Amino acid sequence: MSTVVPEATMPPPPSTPTAAAGRSYRWLLLVLGFLALVSSVRVVSGANEIDSVGTIQAALIATCPILLAALGGVWAERAGIVNIGLEGQMILGTWGAAYFTYYYGPWVGLIGAALLGAVGGILHAIATVTFGVDHIVSGVALNIIGAGAVAFLAEAYFRDLDGGGIKQLTGLETPPKVDIPWLGEAASDLADKHWFMISDFAALIAALTNSISIMVYIVAGLVFFTAWVLWKTTFGLRLRSCGENPQAAETLGVNVYLFKYVAVIVSGVFAGLGGYMLVLVSSSGFVTGQTGGRGYIGLAAMIFGNWRPFGAAGAATMFGYTDAMQLRNADAVHALLLLVAALLLIFTVLRLRKGDRKNAVLFAAVGVAFLAWFLLSDEVPREFAGMTPYVATLLVLALGTQRLRMPAADGKPYRKGEAG
Amino acid sequence: MTRLRNIAIALAAPLLAIVFSLAVTSLVIQISGGSASDFISILFSWPADRLLVNIANQTSLIYLSALAAAVGFRMNLFNIGVEGQYRMAAYAGALFAGAAFLPGALNVIGALLVAVAVGAAWAGIAGLLRVTRGVSEVISTIMLNAIAITITGYLINTYGIKAGDSRRTEAIPESSQVPGWQPFDKAAGEVWTLGLLAVIAGVSFWLVLNKTRFGFDLRATGQSESAAIASGVNSKKMTMVTLLISGGIAGLIWMPSLFGSAHYYGTTFQAGLGFTGIAVALLGRNRALPIAFAALLFAYLNEQSNRLTIEAGISVEVIQITQGIIVLAVVIAYELVRRYRLRAEEREVAQAPRPGATTEEVSA
Repeated sequence: MSTVVPEATMPPPPSTPTAAAGRSYRWLLLVLGFLALVSSVRVVSGANEIDSVGTIQAALIATCPILLAALGGVWAERAGIVNIGLEGQMILGTWGAAYFTYYYGPWVGLIGAALLGAVGGILHAIATVTFGVDHIVSGVALNIIGAGAVAFLAEAYFRDLDGGGIKQLTGLETPPKVDIPWLGEAASDLADKHWFMISDFAALIAALTNSISIMVYIVAGLVFFTAWVLWKTTFGLRLRSCGENPQAAETLGVNVYLFKYVAVIVSGVFAGLGGYMLVLVSSSGFVTGQTGGRGYIGLAAMIFGNWRPFGAAGAATMFGYTDAMQLRNADAVHALLLLVAALLLIFTVLRLRKGDRKNAVLFAAVGVAFLAWFLLSDEVPREFAGMTPYVATLLVLALGTQRLRMPAADGKPYRKGEAG
Repeated sequence: MTRLRNIAIALAAPLLAIVFSLAVTSLVIQISGGSASDFISILFSWPADRLLVNIANQTSLIYLSALAAAVGFRMNLFNIGVEGQYRMAAYAGALFAGAAFLPGALNVIGALLVAVAVGAAWAGIAGLLRVTRGVSEVISTIMLNAIAITITGYLINTYGIKAGDSRRTEAIPESSQVPGWQPFDKAAGEVWTLGLLAVIAGVSFWLVLNKTRFGFDLRATGQSESAAIASGVNSKKMTMVTLLISGGIAGLIWMPSLFGSAHYYGTTFQAGLGFTGIAVALLGRNRALPIAFAALLFAYLNEQSNRLTIEAGISVEVIQITQGIIVLAVVIAYELVRRYRLRAEEREVAQAPRPGATTEEVSA
């Protein structure tokens, strides 16, 4: 969120070698600082589970579906179409993943999920772009249709299959897992030593090299792909111009309808892939209603991430981490309170240095409250752990939302030939 | 004449949408190996007495939910949080009524007030965040929905009384249960008296929006916020008050069911009405009377579809496809009509002689 960059209508800023180096240096510092913080919390609280290999893997797998939905949101909204139908497109993807994987294996299943998601995207595009319907109305309708269609199709097609039922399909072949023999073992050993910072970093490496689904790598690749296409190519510039000022784009000869269509269909494809992750990686098969609101959470992650791929990735990771956390041990959840308190107090200091008294007091008050909660309690009720990402989102938005900026023409109706 | 034509179009659009969506659903059923004719004949057969009662009851709940959403929509506020608001309110109302601080009817009124207050407060959080910190109500209400599910789940599991495998709140004392109206025999059930809340809410909705200054400000803000602010509307205050009203109506949603038949908050709680309400409000174009028809339509489809599995082996959920397509088709139909009218108007203006033009100019 710290990188609030340029209006889309302006050319991309000239990135001189020194500026780029300065940026990556800052990023490195930030990552190291965060690692040190997490490590300190782990050592102080003694809750090694907060960043164990298992926890990180669970978090990554929980993150991916949300992140894919969020990326889908970035695509659509950058072209000016609010896609609240992500949930519906994702759920269509779950059915596509299950059906095509059952008959043709996981790779065709991937295409199937993307296709079904794309169908959802096309529906949304027809309604919003061609007919100029309110984007929210179309999205809500799409979510209803998606949920109904998948429940119906599951009952109609999975009932008589092996491992199938009217609401499920299990025993599907999953995409392969990545195992890097030497590095994986070395990192795991190092992670078990519980050394300050070194073990925490090793745990991250170990999580990525010990039988982790290849889909995690693919999703990470898609984040970079989205960032590259939307911000580094002419195509991306044109697409974003449709979200900022479609009339201006039209006068420059951009086929706005076409770009909006492409954006919304890609958005559906990403959401559909999110459904694929849910069916084949996060759980052991298809169940009706599997998305459980993750499309909406993805939408929130996208807004939280300031309509940018890496921002969305950060926000989705937070949701995924806390989501994975609640299923693990209670000590770790308790230690999370300390982490939140520490983060808030760091923000307090940062705000104070900027001379922003009012917000600093706010941060400090909430931070102290979390610290007190940590010190005065022994464990957090299991239900509350599941609530963390939502409360955290509200807190972060409430305490620092002023720097978010959505595409200027996002959600506004556009008709061809009305420019100037 | 144009007025008649307008009414005809207003009626034709939803009817065409319904026909279209039934056609699409039939096609889907036929392709996937079911029988479309069974689907249609079940849907259009006269409902049994029990179903008629259910339809009446469900209409009142859906209508309240749709009104709650519509208040926000009229001001361009997207309150997706109706789901969470009525859940919190239902729990609080059931808790209050079950505790029986007050006797008889007073207890009912007290519980309704508590439910309205809690619903409004839960929406108020989103309002406060929006007004003071500029947080979009879309995202905050999504978060608040999830939080509401967790909190009510936690409270029930921790403080609820045990009943079999599940937990629930204390049942409402008999003196505070509201008897319903029994139109048929006992087996068919009762129409909930508190369903009248929906009528009261609907009439108040219409009066406040169309006959008061507040309603005018609200509609004006919805149509052009900058214009409203320029004419002296305090948009922050309007946002806050509108969300409070929306949440307050949401608080009432489950009350007819609570006092009419459920009598406690537990496994009988009916989730998902908040999302249905959004669709129904959009279908009814956020106007009090059309929403009532839309609510009736959704309740009818929901109840009739329950027979599909048993009688024709078709999944109940297929009705959601129908409902979703109706919503989508109606808005598309209205958009097409709007464009058609716009073009017709432009043609008329182009053909009409300019006022004040001399005869030579016109003939020239």
